[in-house]
Formats: sequence, structure tokens, C-alpha cells
Amino acid sequence: MIKLLQFWIAHRVELGVLLGQHVVLVTASTFAAVAIGVPLGIFSSRRPRLAAPLMAAANIVQTIPSLAMFGFLLPVPLVGGVGARAALVVLVLYGLLPIVRTTIAGLRGIDASIREAGVAMGMTPRELLRQVELPLALPSIVAGVRVAAVVGVGSATIAAAIGAGGLGEYIYRGLSMVDTTVILAGAIPAALLALAVDASLLWLERQLSARRRSRSGRVAAFATGTVVAVVLLTSGVAARRSSSAIIVGSKNFTEQLVLGELVAQIIERDAGMQVHRRLNLGGTLICDGALLSRDLDMYVEYTGTALTAIFHQPITTDGAAVFNTVRELYAKTGRTLLPPLGFNNTFAILVRGTDARALELRTIDDAARESAHWRAGFGYEFVERPDGFAGLSKAYNLRFPDPPRVMDLTLSYRALASGQVDLIAGDATAGLIKGLDLAPLEDNRHYFPPYDAAVVARAETLLRYPQARMAIEKLSGNVSADDMRALNYAADVEHHDIKDIVREFLERRIRRAAQTSR
Amino acid sequence: MPAPAIEFRDVTYARPGRPPVLDRFSLKVDAGEVLALVGRSGAGKTTLLKLVNRLLLPDRGSVFVEGRDTREWEPIRLRRRVGYVLQEVGLFPHMTVGDNVAVVPRLEGWPIERSRARVDELLELVGLAATQFATRWPDELSGGQRQRVGVARALAVDPPVLLMDEPFGALDPLTRADLHAEFHRIQDRVRKTVIIVTHDMGEAFALGNRVGVLEDGRLIAFDRPDVVAASREPLVRRLLDALPTVPRS
Repeated sequence: MIKLLQFWIAHRVELGVLLGQHVVLVTASTFAAVAIGVPLGIFSSRRPRLAAPLMAAANIVQTIPSLAMFGFLLPVPLVGGVGARAALVVLVLYGLLPIVRTTIAGLRGIDASIREAGVAMGMTPRELLRQVELPLALPSIVAGVRVAAVVGVGSATIAAAIGAGGLGEYIYRGLSMVDTTVILAGAIPAALLALAVDASLLWLERQLSARRRSRSGRVAAFATGTVVAVVLLTSGVAARRSSSAIIVGSKNFTEQLVLGELVAQIIERDAGMQVHRRLNLGGTLICDGALLSRDLDMYVEYTGTALTAIFHQPITTDGAAVFNTVRELYAKTGRTLLPPLGFNNTFAILVRGTDARALELRTIDDAARESAHWRAGFGYEFVERPDGFAGLSKAYNLRFPDPPRVMDLTLSYRALASGQVDLIAGDATAGLIKGLDLAPLEDNRHYFPPYDAAVVARAETLLRYPQARMAIEKLSGNVSADDMRALNYAADVEHHDIKDIVREFLERRIRRAAQTSR
Repeated sequence: MPAPAIEFRDVTYARPGRPPVLDRFSLKVDAGEVLALVGRSGAGKTTLLKLVNRLLLPDRGSVFVEGRDTREWEPIRLRRRVGYVLQEVGLFPHMTVGDNVAVVPRLEGWPIERSRARVDELLELVGLAATQFATRWPDELSGGQRQRVGVARALAVDPPVLLMDEPFGALDPLTRADLHAEFHRIQDRVRKTVIIVTHDMGEAFALGNRVGVLEDGRLIAFDRPDVVAASREPLVRRLLDALPTVPRS
């Protein structure tokens, strides 16, 4: 509890920003869902034949898990991609069902005799709608808006997976570091926000259905709500980064968060430019897509990953050849691969230290011996990638009795340590290897391609901001595997703040470079 | 002879897939006349009313209002000239009594002052003190008060024709007697063409210049009350017999 409060106080500015982003996401999407959903509801309440398929479609949308929805829309132009824009599309879709449904229900719930009285008095359909139907359906509609908004607060936490910002950032960050404090730092404000949204819309609902209130009172309540919403939206929009900032991204495990922060900080201090961080994105292909769609300017990729997972080239093991091939392929698509940072984060097949010592396991071949009584656990990417499990098990004749358990990469370390699985595919530079007494096995058959870490950036960005390029190139060759392991260890095991770790590293590095140049 | 205010000519109306509610039905109502229609529930009385203000259109035959076929009337204009008091009244629950009554004047674009004055006038006409009732809400009123407001609302823009569907049905006999008296008082003043539907023979006799008895979509009696009272038709006799008699010693 104390740690949580300390975290909030230490990160109060960032917390404020994330909270603001979250509020903007929810407000904007709810407004849009109302603007689309209410007319849709009105339209279909009059056409029962349309209402049924519409409700069915909205129901189907609702059942698609939001993370999957973000994934579907990723490659779609205009509405997809990463960032707040794509997140808004998904949030609006999720808000539509409750609003359409309660609009239709509210309209249908009006007593037939009231409608008949209106028609008999010579009201046109529009007069009937505005003076009788909508006012009577309003409490029901607002109840639907309330549901949409509260659901929106929850869905918006997932939007952080595609870099839309919001309180989900803390939750994902906490998940990658397996740090409960950080998870709660995001989850608790989100829950409180949901309660606040629910309470304030409930108040609005009561105001609008209170017949005791005069018409002007109702208008006042509505106007206040609209003004508040507009203020929030414009402040959120104004808080957007200026267009001359560099967007640095990263994937969603600790090493990537560290590297992303490293690139961001060196640009900030050495090129004096503003950097917008979109760290913790959901995977290689999301980052790659974001680079192409200009939602990112750069991130750190691994040559072997680019070779197989992005460009689908056959696996080779010559480090320099792989680098050159990948650099050319990137160049053809308008991206520049900068010289490697200096370490090879190859896949490390890991077993428990106790097992390695007891069974004298040194190479993956040794592990293949034992695989008949083991359970394997892998991250989602390793299972999917061509250079992942499929190729490995063929190369080493690994035969596990059950198919491997698939889980979040970071969690697989703990699963190994706690005995839930016996073999995982981790990263050679992971801090948790030392921290959890895990043993890496030698890739004696040289199955894995090299995974040299290097910054890949949009060519256009580097050309426009040569000072940024110069800053990043200072990192090339200056981050060794030991450096990376130490940084990861400090983050994952000692739980230091990533920003602090990176800042210290840079200061030591710069000081050392300054000393050697004298 | 002046054209009848309302005329049904050979009107047939059936709801889809059902036997006709009205079958080659004909009827004439003169201007300024009160026609009281009696019949069992489901005999077609409400349908008849709805054919006058074009909430329904006849399958065959024609309904004429002020000499024009309802099919040729612009529906909105027709309904502004025909006041309609529903059986359920159907007051708008989200509007005050005053706003309810003022609906049609506002739709017609009357200036606020004129609307307000008219609302006060009408509430007084139906026996509700304007200062007290104009700002009340429908759910605060008794059944009788609600029905009076319904009548006031129907009269708002002074339509020449008034259709009333069981307007006093849910009331206790004393209130009903009061309202009957008020009805006469109002009708003496305004002389509207009225079709009033009721299931109560006694009420029909009390209110109508002419009484019509509807059975199975046809008029089996249609004349002045005293003539209908002497009818030999079995249903009419049964309706008459069903009238409560006060025991005399």
C-alpha cells in the first residue's frame, strides 16, 4: 500500500497525463457512440426488420475480445493501426450496443396510447419524436450511455496495447515486470474512474427523468455535461505532442522497455528534441506495422527476428550476412537499420539451475534427452514464429509428451522457476536468468540465427532530423550483452525505475566516452 | 340541406386476417349534433372513431369529414380539426397539465400569451381551477381530473368535430353525473359535432341527441333516444334491461 502511494507520488505527472489520456479516450468514444447509436436506435425502432440484424451485429461485436478487435483492425487503413485513433474506433464499436439497445427499448417502452394521442393531435413524425418520444426515452438512453461509458473505461485500459496511452500503460508495464505495485497503480485509478463515471451519469440520468425539474433545469444539466465533455476533449487534444517530436516505440518485455527508454533519452539529451514514447506495444508485428503506418518513428529490433518473422527469409547463422540482408530489405521499404547496438539477444533455451546441475545439462542436445518427461512453456511469439518452436523441435528432435504451454513471455520465467514448466525459450540477456537461478543451454547445432539488436527507423525521420541520427549512433557498439543483462537485472529483479536505470547508464557511458576521448 | 359534418358511406374495415369490424357501414352525423354510440366491447366503436380522424383508412367505401373524403385530407390538417379524447386519455407524462393542453396551439405556432390564455380558459371550462392545475403533473391527478384534462386538450384549438372514446368510463357514478352536466353546459356553449362512444346505454341516452347501437359492424338502431328505447331489437332490449333500476318501495 505504501509502495503504491510512493509510486503515485513519484510518478504524479505521468499519472496525470495517463489519466487525462484515459478520460479523453472514454469521453470521445462515448460521445461518438451516442452520435451514431441514438440515431441508429431511432431508425431501427421504427423498422423491426432492421432492428433484429442490427442487434445481432452489435451483439457479435460485443463478444469479440477487445484485444482481438485491436488486432483485426491493425492492418486496416484509416481506422486501424496503432495509437489513439485506432483505439477510438474500437471503443466506439463497443459503446454502440448498449446505446442502441437502450434507445430501442426506451422508444418501445412508451405507452401506445401516448403515441396515439400525439398522432391524433396532428403531430408530424418529427414533432412526435422530438416532443414526446425522445423525452420519454431519454432516461433509458442515458442508462445505456452510462453502461457504454463504464465499459469504455475498462476497454480503454486494453487500448494501451496499441500505444493509445491511458492507465492501461501501467497495467501492461506492471505485467511485463511482474510488479504488482505498478499493475495496481494503473488498475485502481481505472476502477475509481469507472465508479466516478457511473456515479456522474447516474446523477445526469436522475436529473433528466426528474419531472419535478423545470424544462430549463433539464437543459442546464445537459448543457453542463456537454461543456464539461468539450473542455475535457479540447484539453486532451491540446496536450497532444507537437508535430516535431520523435516517436520511439518498443515491444512489450522489459529489455525492450529499457532499450526504448535508452533511445528516447539519448535523443532528448544529445539532440535536444522532444520524444514521444509509445513503449510496451504488443509485439514485433505491431511495431513493424506502426513503423510503416508512421505511428512510430523508430524502435529497437533484432536482426534475426526481422529476417524470419517480418521478412520471412530462410534462417542463416552468419551475423554479418543477416544484418546486411535485413538492412537491404528495410531500405526497400523506406526504413533505415542503424549499426547494431553491440549485443546478440539470442533465444536462450532455459532450464532450472537445479536441473542443469543435477542432470549435467549444458547443451540443447542434452535437454532433448530429457524432453520425454518434461513440460515446455513458450511465449506467444516463439510458438508462432518460423524460427521458433517448430524449427527448434525439428533441429534438435525435441519430443515433449504434451504440446507446450503458451503464456506471456515474462511469466514463463516464473513458471519455470516454480516448476510449472521444465523448459522455456527466454532471452539470453534476461535479468531473470540470474535472478531466478536459471541455466541457459548452448545452441550446439547453431539453430538460432543471430539476433543483433539495432535501431530501425523511418528513413524520412532520420533525413529530417540528422541530429537525432547522430545521437542514436552513439549507442552503436556501446551496449554489450553484459550491459544489457545488468540493465535487465536492475529492472526485473531489483525493481528499479527504468527511467532511472537508463539515465544512470547514459551518464556513466558518456563520462567514460568523455574520459577515453581525452 | 347542409352537408353532414361526418358521413360513413358503405365503409368496410377489417384488420388483416380477421372478419370485418365494420361491414358496408353507413352513417350520417349533422353539424352540431351529438351522436352517442353504444355496443359491446369489440363491436367496432373505437375503430369507427379512428376512421374519422384517419388513424385508420377504410378498406372499402369512404368516410367524409366536412364533405371531403378522409383519403383526400392532408392528415395533419384533418387531425387538427378533429379533437380526439382517447379511452386511456394518453396525457404526456413528461409535461405539466398546462403544457399538455397547450400542445396543439404550440404546434400551430400560437404566441405564448395566447396559448396560456387558452389553457386557462379551457381548464376553467372543464371545471379545473387553472391556477391550481396548470402546473400539476398528470400522475398527480385523479382519474376524473385526468379525463377532464384530456377533454380540455382535445378542445385546445377549437376543432369543429370532437371524438370521445369512453371518456367517462373509469369514473364513479357521482363524478360521472357531474361530468355529464358539464358536458351539456359545454356543448350548449360550443355546439360541436360530437361522436361519443360508450358501453353504457344510460350514458348514451343522457348525452346523445341521437343514439346508435352497434353490433357486429352494423347499426341495429339509430335514432333519437326515445325511439331507440322503444326498439324491439333483442340486443337493444338486453342493453336496456341491463340498466340498473333503483328499487322503489
